[in-house]
Amino acid sequence: MHALYRLLWLTRALEERLETIFKQGHVVGGLYRSLGQEATAVGCGYALANGDWIAPSIRDLGALLARGVHPRDVLRQYTARGTSLCAGKDNTNHFTVPAMGILGPISPLGTQLCVLNGVALSFRTRREPHVCFTFQGDGASRTGTSHEGLAMAAALNLPIVVVLQHNRWAFGTPSTAEAAVEDWADVAGAYGVPAVTVDGNDVLQVYDAAAQAIARARAGDGMTIIVAETYRMLGHAQHDAQKYVPDEELSEWKDHDPIQSFADYLVAFGFESGSSLEHIRADVAAELDEATDEVLVEAYPAAEEARTRVYGDPMLDADVPWTRRPVPGYEGLVRGRPAANLEGA
Amino acid sequence: MANAGTVETTYLGAIREALQEEMRADDSVFLLGEDIGAYGGAFKLTEGFLDEFGPDRVIDTPISEAAIVGAAIGAAHMGLKPVAEMQFIDFIAPAFDMIVNFAAKSRYRTGIGAGLVIRGPCGAGARSGPFHSQSVESYFANVSGLKMVAPARAYDAKGLLRAAIRDPDPVLFFEHKFLYRRIKEDLPTDEEVFVPLGQARTHREGSDLTIVTYGAMLYKSTDAADRIAREDGSEVEIIDLRTLRPLDTEAIVESVKRTGRLLIVHEAPRFGGFAGEITAQVCEEAFEWLDAPIRRVTAIDTPVPYAPTLEDYYLPGEDDIVAAARWLLAY
Repeated sequence: MHALYRLLWLTRALEERLETIFKQGHVVGGLYRSLGQEATAVGCGYALANGDWIAPSIRDLGALLARGVHPRDVLRQYTARGTSLCAGKDNTNHFTVPAMGILGPISPLGTQLCVLNGVALSFRTRREPHVCFTFQGDGASRTGTSHEGLAMAAALNLPIVVVLQHNRWAFGTPSTAEAAVEDWADVAGAYGVPAVTVDGNDVLQVYDAAAQAIARARAGDGMTIIVAETYRMLGHAQHDAQKYVPDEELSEWKDHDPIQSFADYLVAFGFESGSSLEHIRADVAAELDEATDEVLVEAYPAAEEARTRVYGDPMLDADVPWTRRPVPGYEGLVRGRPAANLEGA
Repeated sequence: MANAGTVETTYLGAIREALQEEMRADDSVFLLGEDIGAYGGAFKLTEGFLDEFGPDRVIDTPISEAAIVGAAIGAAHMGLKPVAEMQFIDFIAPAFDMIVNFAAKSRYRTGIGAGLVIRGPCGAGARSGPFHSQSVESYFANVSGLKMVAPARAYDAKGLLRAAIRDPDPVLFFEHKFLYRRIKEDLPTDEEVFVPLGQARTHREGSDLTIVTYGAMLYKSTDAADRIAREDGSEVEIIDLRTLRPLDTEAIVESVKRTGRLLIVHEAPRFGGFAGEITAQVCEEAFEWLDAPIRRVTAIDTPVPYAPTLEDYYLPGEDDIVAAARWLLAY
């Protein structure tokens, strides 16, 4: 309980820290928050075991923190440090770390599930008891790759759990405009797999559902879809003021904040006290202060690193542009031809 | 008639052997694709593989090219060596996102490579219409992180496929379907057939004109060169690229510096084709050695048509190559 609350708070505080340094100009690109959806990410990430793989969407920072990603590494990603997990070549949570069982997303949505199928396939081929876990928003679930990925995972009976986050908004379009689906658990029927619907803002409910689905996958019984009913409390990214969202909808969901609800529950049932929670929050703040101080003094990658790591063989690094190489003198040219060539002709 | 220590092998058989040999040597090599297992593949290229290697290593998938390539990427991340089949290379289009955005960029973005092979039959001439005949290399030419191979000979098909499977990066392997059963070569049985990626090969030596080509156009180019030697007495050098990325610019430039004339022949359409890139590179590296403009002989800029009259018009022919070569030699 203690650990779950810490992860929830760490997720929110880290995103708030990112927002602060975003406003200070340290974040190079966009900033995408998971405000209101933290419980789904944390509850799922916490349910996985060592050796399992997770493929988070952009709003699942909490799952990565639950898997042991250090806040420092998240700060480095957003600030494009040379020390970042992507060496400054990609942003947000687009990192893949096999040792931690993390498969990063890419911006075209739905693709990640197709790749995760291959990870799950390797578990099956090698008779390893691990499972794969991934997340999709209701928006992402509309892509062709999402459908192909779900269809293949089901057809090959792969050990996968897919969390479908019904968070109501895909950028500026409501889920009602994207799909004729009312009960999102219905989509599972098309793939012939079971679905379970949970309150995505209740971390304990999420954890229980995730643990059961993981156990089912681990036993060889295949994919489960968990529909998490939740809400995206902020715009798509920092640049989006979400003016398209009705005020009453926002305030209704504000009353159902996943972190405040969990705190109330912990205190009401005597797991924590007001001061023990305050202690956790102070501890998180100190950790973030230290990480921020460390990261902000680090440098961007050296410019010429842009050429490297395209292929496994460094001989195939991109050429230095010829305009940036020492230019040969023009003196030897006769009407554009090197004198030596004319002699040989 | 096969010599001692060789066995006559088709282009298709050579590809089959490369897969078999790599799968026997390394348990981590596996195949996935549509109808490759129980059916044995649309061209019967993997017939018997399911029996020999079992369902974990010969995986029949749904008709989902994006999911096929995606699974190959994930398996590659886990240290397996996937060989994904596109039943026809035209069907690579639904997997474009997975190839271009996921596989090709993975190492650059994350440091984690995706060593996989996507292979399939390409090319026209088999009266198969717009969706079973394309040459897709130019669609991918601008995507760094990918390698591309287009063998013309059975020997190269076998040797390059083995190299592709062992390569740490994603390789698109274009097999020309017109060559599958038409090309037969005596392949050695007593030595390993292995051809490193990225090396062009001089198919025919000559001093008067360089033809750069690849895939099925190697044969039409050779026929054209023989005719010019016979009828005109000029000697055409032919460079078979074999690998398109990384491109062996050095071999092209070396030849052009000797002959002073360059003709590029490919089956893919002209606009945005590899010939344009090769032209630019030669202009940058060897402009002063050229004695004539660089010319291209390619398919016309249309989809691949179905009727024999139309398809024959679409494709570059021996006469086109001879005409272009004579124009260049006379310049």
